[in-house]
Amino acid sequence: MFPTLQIGPLALQTPGLMLLLGVWLGLDLMERALRQNGVNAEPFYNLVFIGITAGLLGARLSFAAQNAAIFAQSPLSLFALNPGLLDPFGGLALGMLAAVVYARRKGLQIWQTLDGLTPLLAVLAVAGALAAAAAGTFFGMETSLPWAVDLWGAKRHPTQFYALGMALLNLNILGWQKRRGGLQPGELFRLFVLLTAFGWLLVEGFRGDSALLPGGWRLGQVLAWLLLLAAGKIRNKE
Amino acid sequence: MRQIFFTRLWITALLLGLVWMWFSRAPQGSLTEGKIPAPQAGFLAPQVELSDLDGKITRLADLRGQVILLNIWATWCPPCRAEMPAIERVYEEYRQQGFNVLAVNSTAQDEAAQVAPFAAEYGLTFPVLLDESGLVTRSYQVKSLPTSFFIGRDGVIREVVIGGPMDEALLRSRVEALLKEKP
Repeated sequence: MFPTLQIGPLALQTPGLMLLLGVWLGLDLMERALRQNGVNAEPFYNLVFIGITAGLLGARLSFAAQNAAIFAQSPLSLFALNPGLLDPFGGLALGMLAAVVYARRKGLQIWQTLDGLTPLLAVLAVAGALAAAAAGTFFGMETSLPWAVDLWGAKRHPTQFYALGMALLNLNILGWQKRRGGLQPGELFRLFVLLTAFGWLLVEGFRGDSALLPGGWRLGQVLAWLLLLAAGKIRNKE
Repeated sequence: MRQIFFTRLWITALLLGLVWMWFSRAPQGSLTEGKIPAPQAGFLAPQVELSDLDGKITRLADLRGQVILLNIWATWCPPCRAEMPAIERVYEEYRQQGFNVLAVNSTAQDEAAQVAPFAAEYGLTFPVLLDESGLVTRSYQVKSLPTSFFIGRDGVIREVVIGGPMDEALLRSRVEALLKEKP
């Protein structure tokens, strides 16, 4: 676990750094893949920029709306740099809405656009696993297996590294499928969703901090299984 | 051909997923979260037993039932200094409702003589504790100053904030949410 990177007097938040690095590398991979297909990357860059900007705005506004009395006392907090003042669901909603509006105005085709964004999403999955490893979140159950890691007072499954392994494997499978060619529009993205959902379902089973449903079923696994079901269903309808 | 391959892959993944979900079920209470001490959200807050500026011993365990902000800081750290006035205001506002602050000075990496003047300069009214041996800083695995731990009435850490300064709205939102939890 290495939550901060100390450079002189400056303490950089490693998880945030990993995610930023993921966005940068993901955009680079996305651009290279688009160029190989003879597609202009500019609308994709704009789409990502608009999505992230609107996402951050939505996350802050949604958090402020839910804590209106607090922000009325200190309105300047609306501009505070604290990431703890963000609501991820509000951010996701406004970010996606803004991206959809932009895509429609530019006449981008939904499945081709999602395929174009897939390399970025796949790299972000890798960065997310590294960020979790840095922060020590999404930790595993106790185990006596030889590869257990010492974390939070116990020997545990290194779930963050299982997730990293799955994300890297998925990235390779997606690259292999793309190189083989012959993919129908939307197939690359659906394969990404399918692989990611399956990886999540597997890794969640080793986590030591899962939200549990009655009977000991893990909520994360149920959601991942439903995502897996949806990925296949959408594909089969076409 | 590829369509058939994908469909088979998908059905296999769904079936294997169901089997794994059943096999990896966790009986309620089987996870270690909330049971053992560790400086991470979801775990019991590790023990704190330190002297304040008057030499009076304060124990975190004695404050069970209150919402606690455990703030680990040093006088030379600019973000620590920047967030102290907001912490003081929030403490004054919510202390009657069961909110308390333990400001643990990481004295092992600070100058003990600077702490009392600092507390006086900022008008701090909450307990300022001296971690002279560095034991608490180490047991909370503090890698960067300031580091803050929001602890619920049950003694379980709800959130860890590494770095600062924390905004006043962040402090209020977390404290209000924790005060609403049933004792």
